[in-house]
Amino acid sequence: MTGLLDPQGPAAERIAGLWWLMFWLGLAVYVVVLALLVVPLLRGRRRAAAGEGEEIAARTGNLLIWGGGVVVPVIILMVLVVASGTVGAQVPWNRDNPGNQLTIDVTGHMFWWQVHYPQAGFETANEIVIPAGEPVHLRMTSVDVIHSFWVPQLHGKIDLTPGHGTTITIEANRPGVYRGQCAEFCGLSHAWMLITVDAREREDFDQWLAEQAEPAAELTDGVLREGQQLFTSSSCVYCHTVRGHTAESHVGPDLTHFASRRTIGAGALPNTRGHLAGWIVDPQASKPGNRMPGTDLDGAELQLLLDYLESLR
Amino acid sequence: MSEVPPQGVVRDETPDQDMLTRSWARHPGVLGWLGQCNHKAVGKRFVVTAFVFFLIGGILALLMRVQLGVPEAGFLGPEAYNAAFTMHGSIMMFLFAVPILEGLAIYFVPLMVGARDMPMPRLNAFGYWAYLFGGLFLLSSALVGAVPDRGWFAYVPLTGPEFSPGDNMDFWLLGVTFVEISGIVAAIEIIVLIARFRAPGMSLSRMPIFAWTALVTSLMILFAFPPLVAGSVMLELDRKIGTAFYDPALGGNPLLWQHVFWYFGHPEVYIQLLPGVGIVATAIETATKRSLVGRTLAIASIVAIGILSFGLWVHHMFAAGLPTLGMSFFTAASFMITVPTGVLIFSFIATLWPGGFRWTPALLWSMGFVVIFVLGGITGVMVASVPFNWQIHDTFFVVGHFHYVLIGGVVFPIFAALHHWLPKLTGWAFSRSLAVWSFWLTFIGFNVTFFPHHQLGFMGMPRRVYTYPEQFGWGPLNLLSTVGAFVTALGVLLFVVSVAMAAVRREPAGDDPWGGGTLEWATTSPPPGYNFATIPAVRSATPLWDTADPSYRSGEPWQDEYENPDELVRVGLATTGLDAIPEQVVVLPGHSLWPLLLALFIAVALFGLLIDSGLIMVLGVLACVASGIGWLWPGRKP
Repeated sequence: MTGLLDPQGPAAERIAGLWWLMFWLGLAVYVVVLALLVVPLLRGRRRAAAGEGEEIAARTGNLLIWGGGVVVPVIILMVLVVASGTVGAQVPWNRDNPGNQLTIDVTGHMFWWQVHYPQAGFETANEIVIPAGEPVHLRMTSVDVIHSFWVPQLHGKIDLTPGHGTTITIEANRPGVYRGQCAEFCGLSHAWMLITVDAREREDFDQWLAEQAEPAAELTDGVLREGQQLFTSSSCVYCHTVRGHTAESHVGPDLTHFASRRTIGAGALPNTRGHLAGWIVDPQASKPGNRMPGTDLDGAELQLLLDYLESLR
Repeated sequence: MSEVPPQGVVRDETPDQDMLTRSWARHPGVLGWLGQCNHKAVGKRFVVTAFVFFLIGGILALLMRVQLGVPEAGFLGPEAYNAAFTMHGSIMMFLFAVPILEGLAIYFVPLMVGARDMPMPRLNAFGYWAYLFGGLFLLSSALVGAVPDRGWFAYVPLTGPEFSPGDNMDFWLLGVTFVEISGIVAAIEIIVLIARFRAPGMSLSRMPIFAWTALVTSLMILFAFPPLVAGSVMLELDRKIGTAFYDPALGGNPLLWQHVFWYFGHPEVYIQLLPGVGIVATAIETATKRSLVGRTLAIASIVAIGILSFGLWVHHMFAAGLPTLGMSFFTAASFMITVPTGVLIFSFIATLWPGGFRWTPALLWSMGFVVIFVLGGITGVMVASVPFNWQIHDTFFVVGHFHYVLIGGVVFPIFAALHHWLPKLTGWAFSRSLAVWSFWLTFIGFNVTFFPHHQLGFMGMPRRVYTYPEQFGWGPLNLLSTVGAFVTALGVLLFVVSVAMAAVRREPAGDDPWGGGTLEWATTSPPPGYNFATIPAVRSATPLWDTADPSYRSGEPWQDEYENPDELVRVGLATTGLDAIPEQVVVLPGHSLWPLLLALFIAVALFGLLIDSGLIMVLGVLACVASGIGWLWPGRKP
C-alpha cells in the first residue's frame, strides 16, 4: 500500500487524519440510517390495525425527519466544517514561499514533467529530488494542456494550468522514493505521465545537486565521442539538451544527466539499455502520442548512441 | 367559470367516447406515425430511445472494464479507451439520464395532473426530434472515425483548436448543444403544463411529488443548460473562427470553461437526482398506501436542493489553485445540501416505519436507491472537504462516489419507475420473479463493481488512465470490479428479457395493478388518446384513495365541449396557476410534420458547420426558416 493512507509527509498525514475522522462519522451515520431502514422493512407486510399505521407514522415521523434529517446532520456537519477548515489552514497549498524554502519549478508537458532548480540553475525531468524533512516549494505551470501534480504519500494534488501559475509545498518525513502521476486527463498517454519524488538526506541531496549542476563531462573515449558526434549531428538536438555538448532546447527532457534517472519516458519504461534501444527506435510503441519521433539508425549507430547516453551520469 | 368543486349538478350526457377516440387518433400511415405530437407518443419515444442509448453506454462501460481488468492490457488502445470513456460519460449524462427522466415526465405528469396533452404538443415533438438527431449526430462520429475522445467534461485547452484539430470535438460540441436545446424545450413544456393544465382542485400543495420534482428540475434546466450552450458556442468559435475565449496566449482563460461547465455540470447531477427522489417517493406512497410523511417538508427540501445545487460547482475545481477562502464557501454549500437530502431520506423511512406495505418491484428498486445513494451521499460530504478533495479529486475514489450517487440515485429509481409505470404505459403485466432477480443481480453486481473503486483511489489510481503498470498493485481490485460489471450487465439484461417476455405474452396488467393514489391509475392501461373522458376532480394529493366521486362537474356548457366534442378536435382544459380553477377550454394541435422537419434541417445546418461547408449550412438555415414558417402558418380552423 503506497497510497494516501500511508502518508509520509506532514500534509498527507493531516489529510489522512481528516479522512479517518470523516470515515468513522460516515460509517456511524450509514449504520444508523440502514438500521432505521431495516426496522420497517423487517416489519414489512405485517399489517397494522386500521388507522394505527397513520398514527405511528405521524408520531415517529417528526422525530425521524427532524432528528435524523436536520439536527444530527447539522451537528456532524459543524464538526466537519471546523475539522476540514482547520486541516485546510494547516496544510501549505498554493502559498507563497516564505523565503527560506528550496524552490523547484515544475512545468507540465504532454506527457512529461520539466523540472528546474532555479537556485542551483539546472534542469532535469520526471524525477524530483528533495531533501528529506524540509518543506520544498514547487511552482507549477504548463506549456500545453492542463496537468495535475499528485504524489499521494506527500500531499494532495494541484493543477498545472497554462497561463495560471500555482504552487504547492511538499515535504517528506524520511528519505525514500514516492511515486505519483498526472491526475488531470491530458491526452493519449495521460496514463504514462508518472512522476517520482526522491527524498534524500541533506548531505546526499547537496551532493546530488552539485553533480546535476555540472555540465556533461568532456569525453575522451573514442567510442563515446563517436556517439556524441552522432547525437549532436542528428535531430535529437532539436528537442533535447545535453549541457556542455549541445545548444539549449526545452521541447524534450534535458538529458545532461540522463543515465542517473530511473526511467525513460516519464515512467513508461525502466532505464535499461534494452528498453532505451527500443525507445529510441520506436517511442510510440510504449508511449503512444508522445512527441518523440522514431529513428531509422542502423545497429552500429544505435549502439554508439546507447553508449553515449549511458555515459551521461 | 365556477369555483371548485361545485358538486351535485348532474349532466344529462355521458362523454362521447367514440368522438373522443376519433379526435385523438393519430393520422394513418408512416407519416401519421412520424407526425404524432401527443404526449404519450413523445414520452414513449423519449423513454425507448434513451434506454437504447443506456445500453450503448453500458456496453462501452463493459469494454472499459475489460481493458482495466488486468494491468497493461492490450484490449483497447489509448485512442479507443479515451473515446470509450468520453462517449460513456456523454451518453449517460446527455443521452440517457436526463432524456429518460424527461420522457417519463412527458408521459406521466400530464396523466398525473389530469390533463389530456402537453400545452404545446408540436414543440414537445420538436424536443424529441432535436434529442434524437442530436444523439445520432454525436454517435455518427463513429462512422467517420472521429469519435470525441477528450472526456465528457471537455476541458480546454485539450479540446481547443491546437490540441484537438480533428472533427471529434465538433461532433461533441454540436451534438451536445442540440440535445441541450431539446432539454430546454422539454423543460419549458413541463413548466407550462404544470402551471396551466392541472385538473380542477389540484392546487400546488396537492400536486404529486413526482410532478413537483419534474417542475423543480425543469426550472433548474432553464438556468443550468443555457450556460453550457453559451460555453459550447464560445469553444466552437475558438475552434472555427479563431476567437480566444479560452486561449491563455491571447488573453483568454482555460478556467473560464471549467466554471461554465461545472455551473451547468453540478446542477445537472441534481436535475437527474430529483426526479429519482420523486419516483422513490411515489413507489413508497403506493406500496404503503400512505401519503409521504412530512410531505410539505419533503417538497420544501426538493425546492431547497434545486436552489442550493447552483452553489456547489467550484467543488469540482478544488485542485485548480483557486483562493482557499473562496473555496471554503463551496465546502459550506456542499455540506448544506446534505440537510434537505437527509430530510427526504428520513421522510421515506418515516413513511415506511409503521410497516404494513406491499413489496412491489418498484419498492425493491427504491430500497436499493436508499442503500446505495446514502453511501454515495456520505462520500459526497467527504469530497466536499477541500483538503480531502485535494487527495481524492480525479481518482477512482471519485469514480466510485459518483457512480453510487448516479446509479443509486438515478438508475435505480429509473428501474423503479419502469417497473411501476410500464404496466400502465404498455398495458402488459410484467414477471415479478424476473424483476426480483434483475434487482438482486444489478444490486450485487453494482456494489462489487464500484465499492473497490474507493480503495483504488486511496491506492493512487487516477481516473481516465487506459492502463496501469503491474507493480502498482491495482490489478486484483480492478479484476474484481470487472467481474462485478458483468454481473450488473446480466441484471440489466434480465430486465430487457422481462420486457420482451411481457411483450410476447401480452397478459393484461389491469388499470391499477398497484393500487396507486394518483390520477394516471384512474384511466385504462394503456391510456386512451384523450387520457380522461371526463374531468377529474381533485380534493387531495392522492385523489384515487378518496371515497368521493372523482369526476368534476361544472354544470356549464364548456364542459360539454370538452367531453362531447361535436367535431374532430382535440380539446384540453387550462386552469389557474395556484389553485387550478378552470379558466378556458383550449384547442390542441394533433398532427404535424413541421417539428420533425425543423429538427432535421437544424441537423443539416450543423453538419454544414461541421464540415466547413458554408453552402450546406446556409441551405440548412434557410430550410429551418421555411419549416418555421410552415409550422406557424395559420391552418384550417380545426
